[in-house]
Amino acid sequence: MIAGAALGLLQVFVVAAGAPLLVGVLRTLKARLVGRRGPSPWQPYADLRKLLGKDAVVSETTSWIFRVTPYVLTASMLVTALVIPVLVTRPPLGFAGNIVLLMYLFLLGTFFLALAGLDAGSAFGGMGSSREVAVAALAEPTVILAVFALALRAGTINLGGVVERVEAEPWLAVNPAHLLAFAAFFIVMLAETGRLPVDNPATHLELTMIHEAMVLEYSGRYLALVEWAAAMKLFLFLTLLANLFFPWGVTHLAEPVPVALGLLALVGKLAVLTTLLALVETSVAKLRLFRVPELLAGSFALAILSVMAVFLLR
Amino acid sequence: MLRQLRLALQTGIVAEPAPRTSELERVGERLRTDILRRFGRSLHIRQVDAGSCNGCELEITGLTGPHWDLERFGLHFVASPRHADCLLVTGPVTRNMAEALRRTWDATPDPKFVIAVGDCGRDGGIFRDAYAVVGGVERVVPVDAVIPGCPPSPAALLAGLLDAIGRLG
Repeated sequence: MIAGAALGLLQVFVVAAGAPLLVGVLRTLKARLVGRRGPSPWQPYADLRKLLGKDAVVSETTSWIFRVTPYVLTASMLVTALVIPVLVTRPPLGFAGNIVLLMYLFLLGTFFLALAGLDAGSAFGGMGSSREVAVAALAEPTVILAVFALALRAGTINLGGVVERVEAEPWLAVNPAHLLAFAAFFIVMLAETGRLPVDNPATHLELTMIHEAMVLEYSGRYLALVEWAAAMKLFLFLTLLANLFFPWGVTHLAEPVPVALGLLALVGKLAVLTTLLALVETSVAKLRLFRVPELLAGSFALAILSVMAVFLLR
Repeated sequence: MLRQLRLALQTGIVAEPAPRTSELERVGERLRTDILRRFGRSLHIRQVDAGSCNGCELEITGLTGPHWDLERFGLHFVASPRHADCLLVTGPVTRNMAEALRRTWDATPDPKFVIAVGDCGRDGGIFRDAYAVVGGVERVVPVDAVIPGCPPSPAALLAGLLDAIGRLG
């Protein structure tokens, strides 16, 4: 019981403390790839600390939704950290950790952020909200299908169960259904976390923004929470990619040594995925907004093929 | 895509790796320690064009490129005054932009400071006393530092930022 609670805290701590570093490393890598020296990987921590010490300017036209959203967003990401297998296959809230819950925890944050974007009544906020919702609606079926392809194979929709099943049969990681689902999930990850080619996280041009446009009105501690939550979302999506498809190192034992090894394995897998993400983001241009549905439809097709492959190659 | 990646890897970092002793690096180093002390090594800048000819904007844009690479010092340009610590204002403040500039200043959370850039931002420059301009940023919002020049070079811009941060503390 106590070990379980400690593990839960550890998982939340790893996600909460590791997320800014992940974003920092990604930015540094991207800067190096375009020939800049770039900010230090620890820069996001400095940004967050400074933002927490600043005043928050809140528009008079906003309602309680604007002020509540950063907390809802952060809380939903922290709860997600308790649900998904980050270090161990059976985290404290793992009994509830099925795919549907996971999807809607992510969407809860998206929903509130979209409302907050509309709340201030600025033109760019509303534009960002409508785009974010459009992308989320197109990405959602793919996430469900891609993870269902894994669940069909494992015979359970519990995330811990899926991880244990793939771990028990390592060759599963290279079967076609698995690889197709990975590709589909990777594309959806790009869309859901606001990465190129769907959204440019470094843009200053309001007309091309999706996620940034919704948070233009936030300042001070609210902005710190929103940015922290966005970093955690990226961390959690990459962790899902790493642990659902390549679950090596994720342990089912709640003991110090296996958990430490699990943490090491996680760091290694995230390093590989972050490098991959930086390479993708450096080498593709942002898609025209009306072509984003085509990309997401492509990833949906991959997810359907993956589900079919499960049945065909049984 | 692969060709582009190969190019990126072959080119490496072009952000002036050698000139540790150059004016840029000295200013940058002092800037970094000052930002470290006062803003926790993070300074977000919002650039406001209050009727500029875009000469200053060209030099400011140069700061973000691979050669000058402002971000390595912990500085960053942001898309909204709500995210900013510092307003970098250019231009002689045309009458149409005066209200917009004032509102931008109101929208920036404390602690904040304003840097007027270029001869126009200082006192209206060659447009001073013209009927369409208010003339000088400080007629509209309190200015903490001025970076003169028409336009100022990126090195002068970095030095001006240092000056402003130094005075703030």
